[in-house]
Amino acid sequence: MGNESSWSGSQCLSTLNNFFRKYLFRVLSCGAIPTHIAFIMDGNRRFAKKQNMVEGEGHRAGYKSLISMLNYCYELGVKYITVYAFSIENFKRKPEEVQYLMDLMVEKIDELLREGSIVNQYGMRLYFIGNLKLLSEEVRTAAEKAMKATAHNNRTVLLICVAYTSYDEIVHAVQESCEEKMNNIQAENTSKAGRNSTEQNGSCEKMNGVHPHEIQDCHKREVHGTVILGKNEICCNGFSKLEASEKKNGVIKRAVPGFNGEKWNEVQQSMQSQLSKGTIESGEDGETIQEIKPLLSKGTIESGEDGETIQEIKPLINLVDIEKHMYMAVAPDPDIVIRSSGETRLSNFLLWQTGYSPLYSPAALWPEIGLWHLVGVVLHYQRNYSYLQKKRKQS
Amino acid sequence: MHSLRVPSPSEHLHSLARRLSVHAPPGARARGLYSSFVSTARLGRSFAAAAEAAPREGEWELGGAGGLPAGLRRDAMPRHVAVIMDGNARWARRRGLPAAAGHVAGWGVGVLTVFAFSSENWVRPKTEVQLLMGLFERVIKTELENFMREGVKICLIGDSLKLPKSLQKVFVDAEEMTKNNSRLQLIVAVSYSGKYDIVQACKTIAHKVKDGHLELEDISEGLIERELETSCSEYPCPDLLIRTSGELRLSNFMLWQLAYAELFFVPALWPDFGKAEFIEALLSYQQRQRRYGSRIS
Repeated sequence: MGNESSWSGSQCLSTLNNFFRKYLFRVLSCGAIPTHIAFIMDGNRRFAKKQNMVEGEGHRAGYKSLISMLNYCYELGVKYITVYAFSIENFKRKPEEVQYLMDLMVEKIDELLREGSIVNQYGMRLYFIGNLKLLSEEVRTAAEKAMKATAHNNRTVLLICVAYTSYDEIVHAVQESCEEKMNNIQAENTSKAGRNSTEQNGSCEKMNGVHPHEIQDCHKREVHGTVILGKNEICCNGFSKLEASEKKNGVIKRAVPGFNGEKWNEVQQSMQSQLSKGTIESGEDGETIQEIKPLLSKGTIESGEDGETIQEIKPLINLVDIEKHMYMAVAPDPDIVIRSSGETRLSNFLLWQTGYSPLYSPAALWPEIGLWHLVGVVLHYQRNYSYLQKKRKQS
Repeated sequence: MHSLRVPSPSEHLHSLARRLSVHAPPGARARGLYSSFVSTARLGRSFAAAAEAAPREGEWELGGAGGLPAGLRRDAMPRHVAVIMDGNARWARRRGLPAAAGHVAGWGVGVLTVFAFSSENWVRPKTEVQLLMGLFERVIKTELENFMREGVKICLIGDSLKLPKSLQKVFVDAEEMTKNNSRLQLIVAVSYSGKYDIVQACKTIAHKVKDGHLELEDISEGLIERELETSCSEYPCPDLLIRTSGELRLSNFMLWQLAYAELFFVPALWPDFGKAEFIEALLSYQQRQRRYGSRIS
């Protein structure tokens, strides 16, 4: 009898809690709700020590806290959640702890894929973000299986950073970008084999890898600096600091006539635009183009074969290429980053993606994080919302 | 550290909201930080007034490095401190900078980086930008002698080609004149952004790969770090970042280099950030446990 009444009492309390939470979320939803929240789940071990638990139990408590937070966030309307589960630097920990964490990960991945789990409840797509080659085969297989099994889900997204650091992500993105571009260049060179690429007929087809019209393209792609003209060549400066390896008295010569008139007009227009921006100026004789300031060498300009001309190589990769190959390209940038346990540092987490994200560091350890912390996060986000939107538009 | 952390869950919702709102500098946040200037005339007046104001008590004194303040440990001083000088009239505190540099050099800090102007700031009103450029030029010129006296070496990072010619020249001359100083390196970030820095490093590396000087597999974290603009310093990565005016974000500043930096956010605006506040930041830094991902057992 007592048990029944206490059970119905707790059920009643639970219903009241749910009702209150739904009402609270409805009130919060009157303002902006973050689309993407990132969590650095710090403090599991300290929690275990504080509660006199075995060290591994702190991580289990952390997992429960994660599920609870995911429920709240998705209920509130957050679509993307990223969690920092395991850094590449964490491999330096004791092997027993690392093994425990890997085993826990496999166990919990399995749990998430079962019927009735949070994954199915919220139509969650799972991504495992990081250098998965560093993981053991068992963990990597489980992660790949989970990603494949949830690939059709599209209501919410959970990104789990495992064997991840921002440094590794950027290095990987640069390698992939370079590889892609090199393959493109090789394919292009192969297909253009035998084509005439000289200026004998006045043509301004692509010369030395650069089209004249690419000067304008370069301007669109955040190029600063000078338009450098060499003898018989039209080059585009894609960098902000360059050094001319060959020039006479600090002055770069104008291209000689003989080009196709239309293309020459394009070049003239580009130069006019550069002149008006103030990045180049006419020399005293009105004929030559003079650089504004000495340029630093980045190895992007080299002498032509005749020793007089300057030829510049179009940049192989740019910002768009790097961003395309980031592991985190599958999600928008986080709107807010939360690190539990009061530490205020990023620890190599989403450095590229969090340039404008507010950082929030509640003092509570990760297993202690709850509903009220989320409410504080959302209120903080709503206070900064207009500023964030302005910064996003500018960038 | 100032209580910019979330209060415990037991507090009522309305007191939570009230506490959060207290952190915002009054009046400066209505339209965001950078839109708090109503007119250029008001901006100019505020710069002039702050510049001519007498030093506050506890202000940095030139040539008065003295001993280490009480409570600080010399062996735990950060080697590189970075500051985002947020708040109105940031550069108007010109008398503070060389003296501050001299003091912190005496305490064991080797590098001080200041975020003077972001590449995103170019979208500000033209007159405001021109005012700032003029201010930078004036500050560097008038304080050069003090920087020399304090043994400060000046380095500029950022897309300097976008700066006015005269300011570029001032920086080049200042770098040349102070290049042999060794007490403290002052890195001034002007027209700088963290992404720009990483992208320019990656472009250089990509070029070397294309030329065959590097293999794809050779691209590494160390290689990228060497190509960043902060490679002009012996300690390119800050140990401590201080940001004033209560903003809790990095604003695209030194994204790569701040991976493991301790972040210290202060509600005070930059003009109100002085010696006492800096010491508080250092005390907070020394109390933190830095693990770099591994465990300290």
